[in-house]
Amino acid sequence: MLNFFQLILIYSGVYAMMAIGQNCITGYTGMLSLCHAGFFCIGSYATAIISKTMGLSFWLSLPVAAVAAGIVGFLIGVPTLRLKGDYLCIATLGLGEIIRNVATNINPVGYNSIPRVTLFGYQFASRNKLAFIILIWVFVLIFYLLFQRLAHSRIGRAMTAIREDEVAAASNGINVTKYKIISFVLGAAVGGVAGCFQTAYTLTVQPASYTFMVSVMVLCTVVLGGMGNGKAVILGAFIIQFISYFPQLTGLTNVIPAQAKQIIFGLILVVMMIWRPQGLLGRDKFRYGDPRSFSERISDTFRRKRKGGAV
Amino acid sequence: MTLLETKHLTREFGGVIAVNDVDFIVKEGLVTGLIGPNGAGKTTLFNQITGVDKPTSGSIFFAGSEITGFPAWKISRLGIARTFQNIRLYKELTAVENVMMGLHFKVGEDPFQHRFIQALKSYVFASRENREVYSKAMEWLRFFDIDQSAQEFARNLPYGTQRELEIARALAAEPKLLFLDEPAAGMNPSETEHLMHVVDKIRSLGVTVVLIEHDMKLVMNICDQITVLNFGMKIADGTPNEIKKDKAVIEAYLGREEE
Amino acid sequence: MNTLSLYMQYIVNGITLGAIYSLIALGYTMVYGILKFINFAHGDILMVGAFTGLLVYQGLAGAAEPGVWTLMSFFIAMIASMALCAVLGVFIERVAYKPLRNANRLAPLLSAIGVSFILSNGAAWIFGTTSRRFPYPFDNEPIHMGGVTITPHQILVIIVSIIMMVLLAFFVNKTRMGKAMRATSLDQNTSALMGINVNRVISLTFAIGSALAAVGGMLASFDFRVYPSMGTMTGLKAFVAAVIGGIGNIQGAMMGGVLLGILEAVGAPLLHIPNGMRDTVAFAVLIIILLVKPEGILGKNEREKV
Repeated sequence: MLNFFQLILIYSGVYAMMAIGQNCITGYTGMLSLCHAGFFCIGSYATAIISKTMGLSFWLSLPVAAVAAGIVGFLIGVPTLRLKGDYLCIATLGLGEIIRNVATNINPVGYNSIPRVTLFGYQFASRNKLAFIILIWVFVLIFYLLFQRLAHSRIGRAMTAIREDEVAAASNGINVTKYKIISFVLGAAVGGVAGCFQTAYTLTVQPASYTFMVSVMVLCTVVLGGMGNGKAVILGAFIIQFISYFPQLTGLTNVIPAQAKQIIFGLILVVMMIWRPQGLLGRDKFRYGDPRSFSERISDTFRRKRKGGAV
Repeated sequence: MTLLETKHLTREFGGVIAVNDVDFIVKEGLVTGLIGPNGAGKTTLFNQITGVDKPTSGSIFFAGSEITGFPAWKISRLGIARTFQNIRLYKELTAVENVMMGLHFKVGEDPFQHRFIQALKSYVFASRENREVYSKAMEWLRFFDIDQSAQEFARNLPYGTQRELEIARALAAEPKLLFLDEPAAGMNPSETEHLMHVVDKIRSLGVTVVLIEHDMKLVMNICDQITVLNFGMKIADGTPNEIKKDKAVIEAYLGREEE
Repeated sequence: MNTLSLYMQYIVNGITLGAIYSLIALGYTMVYGILKFINFAHGDILMVGAFTGLLVYQGLAGAAEPGVWTLMSFFIAMIASMALCAVLGVFIERVAYKPLRNANRLAPLLSAIGVSFILSNGAAWIFGTTSRRFPYPFDNEPIHMGGVTITPHQILVIIVSIIMMVLLAFFVNKTRMGKAMRATSLDQNTSALMGINVNRVISLTFAIGSALAAVGGMLASFDFRVYPSMGTMTGLKAFVAAVIGGIGNIQGAMMGGVLLGILEAVGAPLLHIPNGMRDTVAFAVLIIILLVKPEGILGKNEREKV
């Protein structure tokens, strides 16, 4: 059981990273993209190719994955980001599948026995989960801080303006296309890095695993936590992974059907939209010039407010 | 001095000519009114000038240089700001955040630096920049005397305050020219009265104002120049007194008298 | 076989395929016309329709030899499946979309993705993931006509599709409720002021769209077999058909479907697209169409009012 709990911590770290990227795209800028599995796939392949085929260090694959996913994000973004919400959603869904198909055509069987990650002579072995937990969560923290700062900067504000009203944003001198692309590229890059860590842990890559299902799971993570809220998204990742591994954790794999978790994810999307579209934690209420005291902030974070509160 | 000029500006929507060969002139420092019956093409003309929509033909000159077909964000950076007929605030953001958006290119952009360096600086020194943006935004709220609502969500503000907030957001970019699209629509007489003071305040900042308005009393009171559109065409322009006596204008509003 | 008759054959196959796409595309287009949102779960409704049809058919016909009874069973199954899907469609709208009518524009879309996930995984839970064959309710002996081969099932597909579309056209253009539907798609608020019960119109739209999807799903299962994720790809292609015809436009969806079917049936062999790449090409075409002609062939370019 401890084993599965550790597994949950590892995968929630990987998904938290992906969700940070998705949150940048969907939460900050309001673009419903469904191809995060594709960026994840690119990152995984980058690590596999760099550490196995080329025999280079895992650490090199992190920037390579970020740049590769970012470039693909850019290539996808430039033409598609001018599409409206629903169309963007379908187009990115298609692109995610195209990335997976291309990966399958490059290497249909995937990669096995990828070399382990080493850091200052220490080797991260899959059985030593604690080391992985620390490794992955250090990076989650780094990305969290980086993106939190982004959200609270001029760039992040421009993205928020676009989410709220594109026409008004343009009339405020915000280059809508530019910021949409920035947001998409950054989100894609983090998705790619998440893929590296996935590979570093499992040491195998199978193209068949980067399905639409993964994209929906990431989206679900963001929606559950709260779109646009960095902390919430990490909480969401933890809950989603807990649900995913619940059968293993409780030893009920024979009782609970494999589809149960997907059905729950579907339900989460529907129920959250109806009941609490701002997510479990909601959005940060006052970003600038907060007049509340620290304790008020804490209590406001958990208080449910539909009317009058941030959505 | 002419600040803005359109030449033969035309906009067609699939056979319907919404703006037809309009030469519209805005003189610097004045308040210009744009009036006309419903569907005369006033908002369409605004949209062409502010880049929300592109003209079918004709050209637009601002401060001596041509801006025809520029995207909205570029035009806004050249010094043309606007409000919208059906208030387009960032409804889920607070009042102060709304004004902060208006300051987007006012704080943190240095035209002598590469865009990438600017972005990096905005990112690295975000807290310092935020403080500056925040305090400037609060100044604008104080200017309109709505700073007590700074932390209210825009959608929860009373209608009149929303209108003012939208004007504050537009002014935050320190434009040379401000377009107000029906600022008094839906306001009661006392709110309209207040709006006149607001326009006076804006004028006192040295900002040139163009406004679309149906409230004739307001228009006649605060405008120095008036242009009248009807069926997409300019039928008159002049001072309020000239417009009051203009035959074409009276016909457009009241219909032709039987002879 | 000479080239001409080979292409004639492709076109016949394309029309059959296209008729199915059209039926499904109608649901996307009708819902978009009224609610201005893409019902992501529509593809999964067609899957539910196919499963219902298959189960009812098997229950009625069992292992009977193809004959009059099996054909009758097929039509009974079709009616049952249409009825169930209509109810399901209305139910989904009531539960998952109606509360979100005034919400943020992303909300109904996310909710629809959720519904789609629930349906396809629910079906996988209940029926398993293996694909099933839909038995032909008649002798599917191909008929040769001057170099072109046409199978009875293709004839069935085309006939049923034509009947459905004629019925729909009659309903939308000639009946009171159809008129109300058209009015609602033009302007919901004004229609409500004119005394149209907008909620009823929306429910009806979902009912009709879902019933047509059920028919489409059943007809598609001859070629594609029946399995829980069958709705994804077929649904997406039907969506493209709706976009080609101009989303929101009923005649457009019918034309778009047939056009897409012919393009697919003729294009794939003509361009020598390997089987593994077909979906990739289909997605690429989808994206290109969304980018180049998002308003479609018959649709009008809607712009946001400022």
